[in-house]
Amino acid sequence: MSEVAAVLTLAHRDLIKLLRDRARIVSDFAFPLIFIGILGTSLQSGFGSTTGINLLHFVFTGVLAQTIWQSTALGVISLLMDREQDFSQEIFVSPISRYSIIFGKILGESLVAFPQFIAILAFGLILGVPFTLEKIVALIPAALIIAVYGGAFGVLVLSRLENQRQANQIFPFVMLPQFFLAGIFNPIQNLPWFLDILSKIAPMRYAVDLMRDVYYAGGPSVPIFDLPTNLAIIGVEFLVFIVVGTAGFVRAERNR
Amino acid sequence: MIHLDGLTKRYKKADRNAVDGISFDVRAGEFFALLGPNGAGKTTMISILTTTLSPTSGTASIDGHDIVREASAVRRIVGIIFQRPSLDMNLTAEENVRFHAILYGLYPYAPTYGLMPAAYREQVQGLASLLGIAAELQKPMRTFSGGMRRKLEIVRSLMHRPKVLFLDEPTAGLDVPSRRTLWEYLTAIRRESGTTVFLTTHYLEEAEEADTICIIDQGKVVSFGTPDRIKSDLVQEYVLVDAEDRGRLREELARLELRSDGGGPFRVHVDSRHTHAALKAIDTPLTIVRTHMPSLEDAYLEIVGKVSE
Repeated sequence: MSEVAAVLTLAHRDLIKLLRDRARIVSDFAFPLIFIGILGTSLQSGFGSTTGINLLHFVFTGVLAQTIWQSTALGVISLLMDREQDFSQEIFVSPISRYSIIFGKILGESLVAFPQFIAILAFGLILGVPFTLEKIVALIPAALIIAVYGGAFGVLVLSRLENQRQANQIFPFVMLPQFFLAGIFNPIQNLPWFLDILSKIAPMRYAVDLMRDVYYAGGPSVPIFDLPTNLAIIGVEFLVFIVVGTAGFVRAERNR
Repeated sequence: MIHLDGLTKRYKKADRNAVDGISFDVRAGEFFALLGPNGAGKTTMISILTTTLSPTSGTASIDGHDIVREASAVRRIVGIIFQRPSLDMNLTAEENVRFHAILYGLYPYAPTYGLMPAAYREQVQGLASLLGIAAELQKPMRTFSGGMRRKLEIVRSLMHRPKVLFLDEPTAGLDVPSRRTLWEYLTAIRRESGTTVFLTTHYLEEAEEADTICIIDQGKVVSFGTPDRIKSDLVQEYVLVDAEDRGRLREELARLELRSDGGGPFRVHVDSRHTHAALKAIDTPLTIVRTHMPSLEDAYLEIVGKVSE
């Protein structure tokens, strides 16, 4: 019971931090809106007629998945910052299980990602991305799965890093290539073989594809894999990331 | 209460042990001070004892619980005040305390102060008024001064009524009045609750009130015992004398059976009670007479300096 309370407390703390950090709220919301509003709209007006699919919708679904996934992944990695600001000392000497710490953090960061999900959805509606109510309802569980999956990826990255400076240094190599390998803005159906391999390794790809499975259900065949395939891959990767990541993180904490 | 047996820690990529085979015991209710210069291994020892760092070899237990095998049980009965404040600056003072209380399983989770059980609110108010910060509880952490932050950390660390309270250089960075009030509160709390206090510091005057002092340097115990015993162990009293005719003075010191060393000036080892008689007995005209009666602080600096060389 106290472990559940601990998980809730850690999640609560993350949500409070978001709500009290105005600069972060602005930057969290600004980037997806720039991507969709400027990139999505301009791609559609420039190439939309030649590709046969609506590129605004394509970029919108990609950015929606990417924002949620990346938000929880980076949020979990922020445990490193806690360590530097020494708040995690307080968490780590408390008698709760290390697994509760990780789960609390993932839950908290998923809660933090949720307002972003709502904001991007609203922005999509304003830009004229078509939605039915059923579709919006169906996107919520998809967003949740993507958030938790991103959190697990964050734990894996976290377990390999020693400090926030390292995190900032490797960020461009871990996140940026995935923007393109995951096919947020660009099609990835006909990649050269080496990029195809890298693309299949990039976890963000499955988050984006899952989101498109749900959005395009019954419509154009934009997604690469079907829903059960994406769910299965995400499920397996989630387990691997969380087990390897948590074990590595706990070990790194104690064996310095 | 605390038992260490050959505790050793070598950090990865380090060429020497940060803590090097340390063994001692701390009794229940004792005020124990671990003293040493920067880098002596004090924080490493506290990290190991509070289970956030694994020892390389050796064992330690707190209240009978092994710090490695029963880490969770140990965490439940210890409180820690870290060297660097570990408060969350995004939260209010009370939220910091509340999150601690819930993490320690003292109270069920509730999203706001008002929804927390009355027992919790009473306990927080009680401790906060004892430390004089009750009025500021709902304010953001950022508005707190260094001294107030320390007090809040004490409030927080006492919420789960720990059997052992670890304080890792708790007064570092505090001004003199804050430091003094902090000690008054800690003394009062110790008297009331009988908590075992394990303090690390490099301020000797903070350790002088301790029941036991352990001085470590480069991971090894240099001196251990009551402050009085440490003092008599460490403090060397002598009189420094010199004369123009050093040969005559040396012969005379030998004849008077006064133990001395140095080739001039000479250090004559007499304690303060016998200084006068010793000086009266010397006939050689002296050019220098200087008594050396160091404080505990001087003695500490001397011993630590000697080990470092």
